Amino acid sequence: MFIRHEAIEKNAILLVVLTLITVSIGGLVQIIPLFSIETTIERVDGVRPYTPLELLGRNIYIREGCYTCHSQQIRPFKDEVERYGHYSLAAESMYDRPFQWGSKRTGPDLARVGGRYSNDWHVAHLVSPRAVVPESVMPAYPFLAEKKLDYSDIAKHLEAMRAAGTPYTNEMIANARADLEAQVNPDLDPTAMEKRYPRAVVGKFNADSTAITEMDALVAYLQMLGTLVRFGDIPPERLRQ
Amino acid sequence: MSSQAVLNTGRPSAPRYVEDVIRAAVVLSMFWGVVAFLAGVVIAAQLVWPQLSFDSEYLTFGRLRPLHTSAAIFAFGGTALIGTAFHVVQRTCRARLFGGAPLGWFVLLGYQFFIVTAAAGYLLGITQSKEYAEPEWFVDLWLTIVWVAYLVAYLGTVLKREEPHIYVANWFYLAFIITIAGLHIVNNMAIPVSITGSKSYGVWSGVQDAMIQWWYGHNAVGFFLTAAFLGMMYYYIPKAANRPVYSYRLSIVHFWSLVFMYIWAGPHHLHYTSLPDWAQTLGMVFSVMLWMPSWGGMINGLMTLSGAWDKLRTDPGLRFSVTAVGFYGMATFEGPVMSIKAVNSLSHYTDWTIGHVHSGALGWVAFIVFGTLYYMVPKMWNRPAMWSTRLIGWHYWIATIGIVLYITAMWVSGIMQGLMWRAYDELGFLQYSFVETVAAMQPFYFIRFLGGVCFLTGGLLMAYNMWRTIRSEAEVVSARPHPALAA
Repeated sequence: MFIRHEAIEKNAILLVVLTLITVSIGGLVQIIPLFSIETTIERVDGVRPYTPLELLGRNIYIREGCYTCHSQQIRPFKDEVERYGHYSLAAESMYDRPFQWGSKRTGPDLARVGGRYSNDWHVAHLVSPRAVVPESVMPAYPFLAEKKLDYSDIAKHLEAMRAAGTPYTNEMIANARADLEAQVNPDLDPTAMEKRYPRAVVGKFNADSTAITEMDALVAYLQMLGTLVRFGDIPPERLRQ
Repeated sequence: MSSQAVLNTGRPSAPRYVEDVIRAAVVLSMFWGVVAFLAGVVIAAQLVWPQLSFDSEYLTFGRLRPLHTSAAIFAFGGTALIGTAFHVVQRTCRARLFGGAPLGWFVLLGYQFFIVTAAAGYLLGITQSKEYAEPEWFVDLWLTIVWVAYLVAYLGTVLKREEPHIYVANWFYLAFIITIAGLHIVNNMAIPVSITGSKSYGVWSGVQDAMIQWWYGHNAVGFFLTAAFLGMMYYYIPKAANRPVYSYRLSIVHFWSLVFMYIWAGPHHLHYTSLPDWAQTLGMVFSVMLWMPSWGGMINGLMTLSGAWDKLRTDPGLRFSVTAVGFYGMATFEGPVMSIKAVNSLSHYTDWTIGHVHSGALGWVAFIVFGTLYYMVPKMWNRPAMWSTRLIGWHYWIATIGIVLYITAMWVSGIMQGLMWRAYDELGFLQYSFVETVAAMQPFYFIRFLGGVCFLTGGLLMAYNMWRTIRSEAEVVSARPHPALAA
């Protein structure tokens, strides 16, 4: 065996080809079945693409690197389920590009933070974390409350998401701008938006400003996290992967 | 034996090899090292004194952390790898770099441009949020071009070698370049929102994206931070010790088993998540098995010193390299332990992971680079030795103390965190609120900060020593006293 190895050591192309084959096997075995095995993503109801406002809020979450300290993935342990809620399903992040499961909890898990705190609490906490939680080591984000949300190209965002495989309909894309405003502006009628995006949380998330701010989008995103699947309605066998 | 071929390589005449690119890479790597250590110290301080973000959007932990990791891995480590790869491949192949100086400069400077655009992006909030693959689509495309040029230069040199055998260090460098190319392309596939904007959405989503990201992420560790630096080990330790590699046979087993098994280990970053169990179990099994090739490599590196252990007393540069291999052994034992699901249930999401990464990044990667640069600088600038050997000794001890402070603080805080999260009181309630576990970390975060300051101080000593060496008078061969004349 080792005498034959000389052949590889004397032929660079052979070395490259054999290395390529050797490093490919593991990845192929682990990745391809995740696309082909149907039970990889649990068949549960309620998961939908993000509303335009939530999507831009999520982009702010990504931009600020929130994932460096907060996970969005509850493991099936007694203490985690008691602390954070039902363990996370693959289905719940099926429209996440990219996923935000995280790898570190310098701060708590946020997979089900939606609805746990009021909008005002989130705004106050993001503007000045230690005013709300004295021991916190989170940076302050006062600029989010002042910066106007740029949603001029919101339809393009939905189109890019659709091109990647998220089921945004033509209707959703055509109404992206209107839906965004309907979710956050109390003077507008949100009915059509709510029909397209069931269980969307409507409201002026950042009450300190009359404009649509980045804070509105981020809080709208935080308030929907983990709220789409109603676990009371699901028979346990549907959760099996 | 191919290892002896290296030792026989004489000092070539200057124009034969491309060397300016390598000298520039040495200096740039040192520069980025100091930047990376400084960024690390800053974010460590922010976790002790969170006011240090000054309410600025550009100085938050979330934006500076990718800056720190990219500066350490890609800027400091990557630039050192480009420089040493060009150094090693030309000498072990006895061939001038394919494409000559122009291609060499394109790879090095193109890579620096990648680093600067990526780093500026992080500060401005331009990120994909995929760990160690944060740069957005346009930066990724540029890196792909540079990387292909890197492969062409490297493989081209190997193909036109005058040496019949391809020396073992080149196997590792080649595997690194090829595999990183594949990982980079697959993990970063994305659809830009517009061709003039920075934002994109990845083609992978959810659970598949998680698997692909950690297939990439763990093999950024496996091939960027391990295989490539093992290439460094297989060339510079034998050179500095003036001994052949301990076992040729072991290096063959080491190479093929390492590159085969590493690629399977990704799912250990996703234990107990929504990733299906079968994938988690595969990841765990291969991670545990990976212990063996890792230690095979460690033994091969350490035993190369047999018969030359006395050099550790006189050559503090070599001391760095050998300690690096020791830390490599430690980190590659700790890793498999942490990949066992029962252990991972405690360690995951905690500072234990951060400590583990740093015993690898500081102890292994940075130390092997330090050892290599201390060896290279006098050679590349034609100086008799580094300006101050004593200063290398100081660097060694300050940096080692820094690492020990860092990793012990993170072991304690990580395990404490994990235990506090799952602690129940006598009435059956969770004993600690989350924020109580945050408060409990403070003393350890301070110790970690001190460890970082030590490591940064060592880096500054090295930069100063390097600067003085380069600024000193070149060794003039004819000026050496002739024994007969001296007598």
